[in-house]
Amino acid sequence: MSKKRTINDFGIDFMGKRKLAATLSGAALVLCLLSILFRGFDLGLDFTGGTVIELGYPAPAELSDVRATLEQEGLEAATIQYFGSRTDVLIRLAPKEGEADSAQLSDRVYRTLNQAAGGEVELRRVEFVGPQVGEELREKGGLAVLFSLIGILIYVALRFEWRFAVGAVAALVHDVIFTVGMFSIFQIPFDLTVLAAVLAVIGYSLNDTIVIFDRIRENFRRMRKGTVIGITNSSINQTLSRTIVTSGTTLLVLFALYVLGGEAISGFSLALIIGIFVGTYSTIYVATAVVIWLGLSRNDLMPVKKEGAEMDAIP
Amino acid sequence: MNRYPLWKNLLILGVVLTGLLLAWPNLYSQDPSIEVTAARGAEITDSSKGEIQAALENANVPFKAIEPREEGKLLVRFATPGNQLKGQEAIEQTLAERYRSALTQVADLPGWMRAMELNQMSLGLDLRGGIHVVIDVDMEAALDQALERYIGDIRTLLREDKVRYLTVTRDGGSIEVKFKDAETRDAGEKAIRREFRDLDIESTQDGADLVLLARLPEAQQQEIKNFALEQNITTLRNRVNALGVAEPSIARQGERRIVVELPGARDPGRLKEILGATATLEYRLVDTENSVADAVSGRLPVGSKLYSERNGTPILLKRRVIVTGDQITDASAGFDSQSGTPAVFVNLDGQGARRMRNVTTENVGKPMAVVFIENRTTTRMVEGEPVKTTRKVEEVISVATIREPFGRRFQTTGLDSSDEAHNTALLLRSGALAAPIQIVEERTIGPSLGQDNIDQGFMSVMIGLALVIGFMALYYRVFGLVADLVLVVNLVLIVGVLSMLQATLTLPGIAGIVLTVGMAVDANVLIFERIREEIRNGNSPQASIHAGYDKALSTIVDANVTTLIAAVVLFSFGTGPVKGFAVTLFIGILTSMFTAILGSRALINLIYGGRRLNKLAI
Repeated sequence: MSKKRTINDFGIDFMGKRKLAATLSGAALVLCLLSILFRGFDLGLDFTGGTVIELGYPAPAELSDVRATLEQEGLEAATIQYFGSRTDVLIRLAPKEGEADSAQLSDRVYRTLNQAAGGEVELRRVEFVGPQVGEELREKGGLAVLFSLIGILIYVALRFEWRFAVGAVAALVHDVIFTVGMFSIFQIPFDLTVLAAVLAVIGYSLNDTIVIFDRIRENFRRMRKGTVIGITNSSINQTLSRTIVTSGTTLLVLFALYVLGGEAISGFSLALIIGIFVGTYSTIYVATAVVIWLGLSRNDLMPVKKEGAEMDAIP
Repeated sequence: MNRYPLWKNLLILGVVLTGLLLAWPNLYSQDPSIEVTAARGAEITDSSKGEIQAALENANVPFKAIEPREEGKLLVRFATPGNQLKGQEAIEQTLAERYRSALTQVADLPGWMRAMELNQMSLGLDLRGGIHVVIDVDMEAALDQALERYIGDIRTLLREDKVRYLTVTRDGGSIEVKFKDAETRDAGEKAIRREFRDLDIESTQDGADLVLLARLPEAQQQEIKNFALEQNITTLRNRVNALGVAEPSIARQGERRIVVELPGARDPGRLKEILGATATLEYRLVDTENSVADAVSGRLPVGSKLYSERNGTPILLKRRVIVTGDQITDASAGFDSQSGTPAVFVNLDGQGARRMRNVTTENVGKPMAVVFIENRTTTRMVEGEPVKTTRKVEEVISVATIREPFGRRFQTTGLDSSDEAHNTALLLRSGALAAPIQIVEERTIGPSLGQDNIDQGFMSVMIGLALVIGFMALYYRVFGLVADLVLVVNLVLIVGVLSMLQATLTLPGIAGIVLTVGMAVDANVLIFERIREEIRNGNSPQASIHAGYDKALSTIVDANVTTLIAAVVLFSFGTGPVKGFAVTLFIGILTSMFTAILGSRALINLIYGGRRLNKLAI
């Protein structure tokens, strides 16, 4: 095995820059929170309620014609846009007040446009979400994030130590706020699949955090000498190549998904791409930094409780 | 060193082979097919197959096979979609009265696979196209209706028992019966307690009047709600079956919702027409003793209610309902044998028939009206909160004189056209809906978009997989190839498990698989990095392999368990598409742990185990 093919032991002083990182993270989080509070999200249909209709035209369609046809029938679309190609038209209708039955609206829109185009239009997709369902989904989404954080907090506290649990959850909160904040700042449509992606980010980021925590615990038990910062630094360095390889392969497939997966899951892949970058960063500068800041010492990790030793004994 | 005992190797091999077997059916293509079911009143019998075969042969439509399916259905397979459509035409033309046909796609599996009950993955509507609607059942209305029925029954009971009462009215969720004195109240209480054991009864006083308050206990309310939901599901099932869609699914979701899924259906308008019409009928006696003009000017007689006929003429009907729509067991359209006008023939259930006979016996020669009630529900946003209002549109659609006492079977005439008779009969036959329903969510995916989603999803899985495989092979050499092999096995296992569980694969589900592909290598990356480290620390190759797998294990388990927690939470909170993602993520984590830890170790052991090594290709 040649030396140049290994990328271990960089000897990078990660923890030395933790104050700078904390400042950066803090600034980014404040920016994200401000945007979330004041700018809000471009919430997708799943959360706002309303109707989306995707139509396939045989030939490129003029959006102004589509709008005019609808207006003639007294139908007012919130937005009309191309979806993917010029033959694919996406029509969004806001949740309407007092409309006889909003579920019927999509049929009228489709019938009207189909007639105008000589019956050649294909109904590719209709999504209608009633206002109360939208509200429920918003609520459920928030609860889902909350419950997974709590579940993870408990698991990590049991398997490690409370400082680690706090550090891990701090990192996760950081990741969630940052990922979601990006969607707010750049006003990228936020729908159910993005929410699913945020939860997957929680899973991924934690995965990453656990790997480093595991190594820190192991090194504290093994290395007699060394400061807390020094041991933490070498733990991060030792796992760095794994961190890069894993996030690299995951990003590879996510980019494939983003480019090839179609419009329907582009938000999903984008959220995960952002999440993997921030999740990798937060493992080092949020999770680990918080653990140090909470005053981790060697005694906390000595195998008084036997969990670690037992795990290692399992073949 | 580094050898697995034979049993362990066999176990791993067994799991992998089972996975391959389960995933195998997915390699077969699908036949365009027609599912034939019996129309109302008809049955699929042994001769049905011959009839269909004859119909197809007469029309010169080639077909692959006709075979029986579960629940007394027949399946006709075709080679091309063109033949499938022609086949449907042929069946519809000659056998439409007795059979219904629905287009579907069925996997062309060899006999032994079918015998083993192996199946292809079940694709979600976003992949195969179809209509998904969520329907909300108005439980408040269901309770209201129940209370109204009790009020009517209590009035009748007191009258029959000759207990004099002042009024029976509704006060919110309870029924208020007023009496003049304690004697009649006690008699009333005794009678009500005897007949309606399910009501909570309490006696109070309201000014000079003595009052009995009757309430529906919580358990009873729950039962009414359950019944409303169940009845709606049954009704929807009948109505949806009339649409001619293969494998419709109608399922309860939570307390008050119903999910209807129609794979392959293309026209949501038709579905909504059928679902949206929540019509019911009420048979009431016409109040001939009081003047309509008085009622219109505001002096409404007790026990009567003002309605209007279709042309707007006001008409006074008795409050008491004789029979409601849910007591109608069947209805059909036809022509009245005497007048030749369109008519609806109605059948009642036992309870309805008894009541109808009682009332008609006492009222021969008097007019009886049919009230057609439609519930139109609208949701509007008031100050950001959705507020739902249900408007009850009541219309007297016919007034007919009771010619003679009747019970179980009778006919209603006086409909405008035979079309209208047909429509009314269809709605009645499907059974009336017990409570108003409203569509609260709809997702329709056209077939071409579904296919696009499959293609794009498949493409991204393949490209993502190829990229990862290439990278791993370059970076970890022999070990990388091992990781690649187990990664492919992992994919096969995911597909196999999905096929076995018949869990629905959705587009986000495919995204979940892609994500698992990315993350599945993590376990192997952890192990391989650990092995490299051990080697750098001067350990022998064999010891390094052993230590690498051992030391990485707890990390891998910890990391994956936490992701499993996220997947479980996603599953329990998610709906449709998100659930699909959670399912594949969950399955993917489990299979990847198996393949990455045990599978890769077995391969490494086979390659390197038990021999002297100087270096490793890692």
